Amino acid sequence: MSQKVLLSEKEIHIILHRLACQLLESHLDFSNTVLIGLQPRGIFLAKRLAQILQEDYKVKDIALGFLDITFFRDDFRRDGKTLTANKTQIDFLIDSKKVVLIDDVLYTGRSIRAALTALQSFGRPEEIELLTLIDRRFSRHLPIQPNYRGRQVDVIDHEKVKVCWKEQDGEDTVYLIN
Amino acid sequence: MPNPNRQLSVKHLLGIKYLQETDIDLIFETADHFKEVINRPIKKVPSLRDITIANIFFENSTRTKLSFELAEKRLSADVLNFSASQSSVTKGETLIDTVNNILSMKVDMVVMRHPNPGAGVLLSKHINAAIINAGDGAHEHPTQALLDSYSIRERLGDVAGKKVVIVGDILHSRVALSNIYALKLQGAEVKVCGPKTLIPKHIESLGVSVETDLRKALNWCDVANMLRVQNERMDISYFPSTREYTQLYGVNMDLLNSLDKDIVIMHPGPINRGVEITSEVADSNQSIILNQVENGVAIRMAVIYLLASKIK
Repeated sequence: MSQKVLLSEKEIHIILHRLACQLLESHLDFSNTVLIGLQPRGIFLAKRLAQILQEDYKVKDIALGFLDITFFRDDFRRDGKTLTANKTQIDFLIDSKKVVLIDDVLYTGRSIRAALTALQSFGRPEEIELLTLIDRRFSRHLPIQPNYRGRQVDVIDHEKVKVCWKEQDGEDTVYLIN
Repeated sequence: MPNPNRQLSVKHLLGIKYLQETDIDLIFETADHFKEVINRPIKKVPSLRDITIANIFFENSTRTKLSFELAEKRLSADVLNFSASQSSVTKGETLIDTVNNILSMKVDMVVMRHPNPGAGVLLSKHINAAIINAGDGAHEHPTQALLDSYSIRERLGDVAGKKVVIVGDILHSRVALSNIYALKLQGAEVKVCGPKTLIPKHIESLGVSVETDLRKALNWCDVANMLRVQNERMDISYFPSTREYTQLYGVNMDLLNSLDKDIVIMHPGPINRGVEITSEVADSNQSIILNQVENGVAIRMAVIYLLASKIK
């Protein structure tokens, strides 16, 4: 097993600021926008973006929630494993809001499909956008594309992209593992 | 990060006796998530779309049956309801035949209540489906014990180290036995309290102590689980009169207020108001009886979800 660095800490820093600016451009003061990070690993990206928007761009009151999609996945009972859930925390209504779904890696698109269904339990949003740090270009199983992407990478099926965050793993780095 | 590959150690939920502490932790954590789900504007998840569950009740039940049915529907399972009074059981069909007939309609899971202790265990040896025991005679009622412990954990933060007294008809109670197993497994101290005639012999062998004085028991405990006197299971008189039972083992506000601390009052239902507890006690801030009912749905969703994920 070997691993190579796809994005360094500095590159991640630059990309996060660019993504924050792109969000600002389309959502301005965020008064009608909510950010939803996907459990388990999209929440770190969502928290970072919210932090940058608040501290560096002085956006007030960003609505930030975390969505767990375990009970909406389409692989329940597929490989004999029990899928264990994480915490969902959405303390606001998303009815008529603009929702930005945030996840670290977009791969098959199945998680996002599940997230779109799961979001319906919280109301009817005006629109839903998708932001991912890494967009794995090949082997999408569903017609899902991100509105905001950090970096598009060409990675084949048996390879794995791992996004590490300081909060969880002690460093900000994106690895390609094969 | 928690290990994502955890699963239950059992294929059926026949009793708390067969569970390990890690199973209870996993059920409680999963129930936390389902409790959040059932408080959403849309309270349903699609996980069990392709699972069919039969609720087979050979004995009367309102709350348990409703709670199971709601839990199954919230998980999007297909639900079959069957009660013995309207069935071929009255024509002499055996339990295994009845259930096998239902299973040949491609049912994946059976939730069963039966008046005979061990009915679930017997069934699990003869049929090929996941079984949840919803009460078997005076033996076990595992989901009730789980929701009771879950409610204690919710109110007091933890079950380990807490002192719980189970008051009333221990002899005829499946809730008592399952609760004793569950509480001991999680490290709580358990006492049983009631008239000597309603306390089984050798109950100390389960690691619980016996107290016949209600006031002493309540002064000792953090939580009192008040059981109903099960008149329908009593073939002889176990105490002179209901009035005398209430005077010795009923809890009223005067008694509660005279204790050194605020204890938590629980009751598995149905309540005989004015017998084991008065209306003021049942409706007081110290009572978590309605929380138990709400938690019952989340706990049953968790058990069904975790067992269903092991169905091949």
